[in-house]
Amino acid sequence: MTDDLVEELLAGKHRALARVITKIENRQPGYREIVSRLHEHTGNADVIGITGSPGAGKSTLVDKMAATYRERGLTVGVIAIDPSSPFTGGAVLGDRIRMGSNVGDMDVFFRSMSARGSLGGLSTATTDAVKALDAFGKDRIIIETVGAGQNEIDIVKMADTVAVLVPPGAGDDVQMLKAGILEIADVFAVNKADLKGADRTVQELREMIQYRQGDVSVSAGHHGPDAAIEDLDKPQGDDDGWLPPIVETVANRDEGVDEFLEALADHREYLVSAGRLAERERTRHREEIRTLLREDMSKLLEEEIEYRGGLEEYVERVRERETDPYTVSDELLGPLAECVRRKREE
Amino acid sequence: MGADQEQRTIRCLVAKVGLDGHDRGAHVISRAFRDAGFEVIYSGLHRAPEEIVQATVQEDVDVLGISILSGAHDTLVPKIIDGLEEYDAFEDTLVLVGGIIPDDDKQELKELGVAEVFGPGAPMQEMIDFVRENVPDRR
Repeated sequence: MTDDLVEELLAGKHRALARVITKIENRQPGYREIVSRLHEHTGNADVIGITGSPGAGKSTLVDKMAATYRERGLTVGVIAIDPSSPFTGGAVLGDRIRMGSNVGDMDVFFRSMSARGSLGGLSTATTDAVKALDAFGKDRIIIETVGAGQNEIDIVKMADTVAVLVPPGAGDDVQMLKAGILEIADVFAVNKADLKGADRTVQELREMIQYRQGDVSVSAGHHGPDAAIEDLDKPQGDDDGWLPPIVETVANRDEGVDEFLEALADHREYLVSAGRLAERERTRHREEIRTLLREDMSKLLEEEIEYRGGLEEYVERVRERETDPYTVSDELLGPLAECVRRKREE
Repeated sequence: MGADQEQRTIRCLVAKVGLDGHDRGAHVISRAFRDAGFEVIYSGLHRAPEEIVQATVQEDVDVLGISILSGAHDTLVPKIIDGLEEYDAFEDTLVLVGGIIPDDDKQELKELGVAEVFGPGAPMQEMIDFVRENVPDRR
């Protein structure tokens, strides 16, 4: 069964790809084996993360990106992640509505995913879904997600290139960007650039990038203030080696999309030329392994807790002050640790 | 399935096909499905049958709910079903139709493979229960 599915996926059957992603999402039996087998076929796609505040125009831009890539003869995979209700687990996944430019084109594979509950593993599921698309042979893979919260940041960090979308006049949004998203952007797009306030937003972003580089005073000293701002238009060397360019786009009118894709390609080239792509990949795999270990470990622990009749009794004892959380943790983990150490010494 | 640790979430596509521009019903149903804990993908208005097929295949939904109020169900629904068959997606997708469907056509749609037809005034809970009971058992 899983053999067939992997074979069919590699042979380019859309249904198989869709089913594999479902298995990954549901963590159905056999999904681990599938992903393991797919791994050797991956590593050929450019993975691009797109994030930004709600209403920034992510879905529309992604739609136009996909269409432009298709014009260039490239195949595209999109994973769009939407929040789900923490109460019912239900979700309305609406990003697909904007995918109007790729009607009936199966070579744009669009998949909506919901951030299912706290059982988590969303970043694992996304990584694995990206692998499925990569192994299927997609040239470009786009991960689209709302840029709020650590979860989402973790997700886009899995991309080779991360683009952050900012709508104009977004004083508050720029504030939000400070909190963690600014740091992960390789490219900025000021979308809806035909609206009032776009220039100002570009200006604000520029200033922030300068702060981020921590070179405001330094560059002013070297080149004078005008030159410093000039330089920011194009990526060029400094400590980090890459200054995020700011591209203005009007996605719904298809303006600036080519320039945006150029900026993404430039970043890719930079990664490859400086040998940083390999470094990013290493970081990613390191993170992947650690996340997986944590998940598997906690599953093993759940098993142990279940075996001991659940957590409730411990909870009650902690509440009665008969014991404390640390002692409980030691008690539960102790045998495990002992077992591991004994094995090691053998 | 089901025996595994992670429970399965029912995924639905709520689709509007053709020129009919009334989607209040589709919105209400999307909302109700969401509140029932389903993952709902809404197609948006004025979709071509091929788009619906594309979305059904790629999203790998368990349930496809087609809302048609225009009277064009006789042409649109068969097109969608043919498309699903082309991608081997028909067999394990529960296809539902909602909207204004005359009784005679209801029978016809069911013969084509539509699992159930819901008219105006169909209780939401009835639809949710129907989906829960009839969702294809994939493994």
